Amino acid sequence: MSGFKDWTTGETAIVYQSCDSCGAKQYFRRAFCAACGAPDPAEKLASGAGTVYATSLVCRAATPETRAHVPYNIVLVDTLEGFRMMAHGDNALVIGDKVTARFAQFAGRLVPYFEKVS
Amino acid sequence: MSFITGVGLTPYGKHEGSSSLDLMSKAAELAIADAGLKRSDIDGILCGYSTVSPHIMLATVFAEHFGIHPSYAHAVQVGGATGLAMAMLAHHLVNAGVAKHVLVVGGENRLTGQSRDASIQALAQVGHPDYEVPLGPTIPAYYGLVASRYMHEYGVTQEDLAEFAVLMRKNALSHPGAQFHEPITVADVMASKPVAMPLKLLDCCPVSDGGAAFVVSREPTSETGVRVRGCAQAHTHQHVTAAPALSELGAEIAIAKARAASGVTISDVRYAAVYDSFTITLAMLLEDLGLAERGEAAARVRAGYFDQNGEMPLNTHGGLLSYGHCGVGGAMAHLVETHLQMTGRARNRQVRDASIALLHGDGGVLSSHVSMLLERVR
Repeated sequence: MSGFKDWTTGETAIVYQSCDSCGAKQYFRRAFCAACGAPDPAEKLASGAGTVYATSLVCRAATPETRAHVPYNIVLVDTLEGFRMMAHGDNALVIGDKVTARFAQFAGRLVPYFEKVS
Repeated sequence: MSFITGVGLTPYGKHEGSSSLDLMSKAAELAIADAGLKRSDIDGILCGYSTVSPHIMLATVFAEHFGIHPSYAHAVQVGGATGLAMAMLAHHLVNAGVAKHVLVVGGENRLTGQSRDASIQALAQVGHPDYEVPLGPTIPAYYGLVASRYMHEYGVTQEDLAEFAVLMRKNALSHPGAQFHEPITVADVMASKPVAMPLKLLDCCPVSDGGAAFVVSREPTSETGVRVRGCAQAHTHQHVTAAPALSELGAEIAIAKARAASGVTISDVRYAAVYDSFTITLAMLLEDLGLAERGEAAARVRAGYFDQNGEMPLNTHGGLLSYGHCGVGGAMAHLVETHLQMTGRARNRQVRDASIALLHGDGGVLSSHVSMLLERVR
């Protein structure tokens, strides 16, 4: 857990956990599987491929750092690997679009940013 | 058995110079007087939280400030569901004999006590600190995500959602305590500033100052009693990223359990008080609770079904969308209005029959749910 490297700790990577006991996938990292309680779920690198589940274009932000980016699209993506994640995405994305992730600067850090696969 | 024996509500909007404790005190005083009780009769206190004046022991801070010495007191935090969660706990406390008269109170100077940016930021923190908040979402964005999906799955349009804002505003026009007194149209909602699409400014509840309180007692203190028939909760997730499918959200679970606990069916219900932080919240909850078919709630609004004189009067005070939203007190106003309706004291807003009422609250991003059924007894 301590050496966890993904976009939340400044790396250009999307990481998820997979339980060896029950096979459940989880995105929010923990020292155990939230489905069955087994310890030490395996950390895996996600491919960045997925499908848009929901979108909301933010036009009113609450801090100077985020206001500099409006409008920005918050998306929920169902990844190929079977977990759901929140990220940024192209403003034109619609539900059901097949997407792939890159990383973009937002409010002083790198965040996952999804674009439509043509 | 337990009864809501008194209610108190301040106007919502701006209370320049009032602290959270001032607003809580005002509402508490009204509720105790309404119940025909004295401060010294109160032996239990439940209160919510204040984002303006956070404190780890708000209930005892309030008890000292208000001048009472309860034998049971603590705060409760379930976001927007806090008011009804406290009502549920008070119901169980008096039933268990822990207290005789529990004062439930919420109040906050959220509008004048801090900037709108500060409110928006404070509320956005219900998101995941590592996986969501760094992306710059706001509460409207969390609900905007849910709205986009709901509209996609059930064919609901932005114009449909606007109907709920118009209805809540229409109701608020007949309540002098409401924050907004100008009528609005669907076109006004559609033309209002985009906040987090598909939600626009008039799809969102305002930030308000205000206070609300009620007393829950073991016995009625007046001729017309408002009895808690049954209540239940459901908590399926905290963060929208971890939310289940739309068909598996907590409102359906909570109402099923509340119906079982009370023996009341939806066809028995005559008045509805449903959480309406955003138009999408109200649309979804009405459908989850069984007060409209999937995707049909807006059509029922257009047909007058939820009007004051309709089959299922709804949030006749104007709801969070137009009476206002001061945090914990916000949804407590729904219960206050329900009590006034059930006891025939809603003046120009009075409905024909409020003998059985359904209340529902939601906290987080449709994360925490409380359903409650009240019955008038004479």
